[in-house]
Amino acid sequence: MKLQSRHLLGLEGMSKEDITLILDTAVSFKEVLDRPIKKVPPLQGKTIVNLFFENSTRTRISFELAERRLSADVVNFAASGSSVSKGETLKDTARNIEAMKIDMVVIRHAASGAPHFLTHVVRSNVINAGDGAHEHPTQALLDMMTLREKYGSLEGLRVCIVGDILHSRVARSNIFGLKTMGAEISVCGPATLIPRSIEQLGVKVYYRLEDIIPHVDALNVLRIQLERQKSGLFPSLREYHRYFGVTKERVDRAPKPITIMHPGPINRDVELSADLADGPHSVILEQVINGEAVRMSVLYLLGTSN
Amino acid sequence: MTKTLILDEDGLRRTVNRLSHEIVEKNKGVDNVVLVGIRTRGEFLAHRIAKKIEEIEHVKIMVGVLDITLYRDDLRGRLDQPELKSSEILFDIRGKTIVLVDDVLFTGRTIRSALNAIMDLGRPAMIQLLVLVDRGHRELPIKADFVGKNVPTSRNVEVKVQMVEVDNEDSVYLIEANGKENG
Repeated sequence: MKLQSRHLLGLEGMSKEDITLILDTAVSFKEVLDRPIKKVPPLQGKTIVNLFFENSTRTRISFELAERRLSADVVNFAASGSSVSKGETLKDTARNIEAMKIDMVVIRHAASGAPHFLTHVVRSNVINAGDGAHEHPTQALLDMMTLREKYGSLEGLRVCIVGDILHSRVARSNIFGLKTMGAEISVCGPATLIPRSIEQLGVKVYYRLEDIIPHVDALNVLRIQLERQKSGLFPSLREYHRYFGVTKERVDRAPKPITIMHPGPINRDVELSADLADGPHSVILEQVINGEAVRMSVLYLLGTSN
Repeated sequence: MTKTLILDEDGLRRTVNRLSHEIVEKNKGVDNVVLVGIRTRGEFLAHRIAKKIEEIEHVKIMVGVLDITLYRDDLRGRLDQPELKSSEILFDIRGKTIVLVDDVLFTGRTIRSALNAIMDLGRPAMIQLLVLVDRGHRELPIKADFVGKNVPTSRNVEVKVQMVEVDNEDSVYLIEANGKENG
């Protein structure tokens, strides 16, 4: 058993077997996280650099903890205040860092395809921690792990992704991964935030929450980026909340309880009401712990395979 | 390929019975004793021993399962990754006497991994080692406290332990590859 690729760039094209291997292995790592000593030795002697060209405290901490818990040595690199602000190219940055004997690179970048580009210039294993509006594979894997944990299987599960689909790498990775695993995916949001050709990915599009809520098992509510309002994609946060806010009132009309997911950080009472975020059907904190388990799984499977 | 039976169903049952008695005798009862089986066959062996000890002493004995994959010293450089499974030790091992259970003792490397894995879970009072078959060829200074059967082997012989829980039969075979085959 082994992953097909030595990098994790995205879930597009990843086989069902590979996704299952990552999720199964993550379940074992979740057991490690329940132990008094949350550290195991498989990546001893490996050095991992976290190259974060975009701010993301939460994903970086999750990766860093996962790396340390596997006994790897960890170097953090943040773009602000580094050589990048002096005009160094991604290629030079990566090559310089690799010259310091790095084994794996975790990269977050605003440009779609940056991780893919890295695989051509460095020898390390590359893990995509989010690139532009392209993919965020570990987020989708942790979402799938959380759903699988709750429902036993992803086959036939009905999931709706709500919010800004246009700019969302989380939505894309979720669509690719969940489709492969046999789930039924729909998206819902303002027409201005739904990409025009999204149906080609095999998802159904809804423009009213009321139309889809009765027909889903889970809602994956995306964070609405406040800066999108400035570019005129929706009129105001209040109006967004009125039409696309996931609220208890709306969800209660469904025939059975709907699982509530959110990749964080939440804008409370904008895309998701506070009572639902803290309610009994919210799995938001479970997503956080599964995120660590999934990242340990990916790092372990890639880091021990060569 | 030659296949020699060294323990059949009855033989295996009698060996498990004797080993269970030895654990009780050595520890003067099983008050503080827990069993930890190493996946895969050590797990089933541990459950059988626990059942037998319950018959002898009329007390329940706790059984845990240890997966040593993360602690292997040959994790890197293998063509195929071993499947990672969870350890299931649902009790506190602090202060306990652990009887570590495995099917075959060979180089001792599995036991080294298991000892490290256990130490990461807590600080037991003592660890004893039980194996069904000791086939020699140690590469580390490790010795079993309870041995089902000592079987002197040459290095290229395979000791195959089969248990009904996974293999449809209870038996231990020595399998010798003839010619120059390398397994």
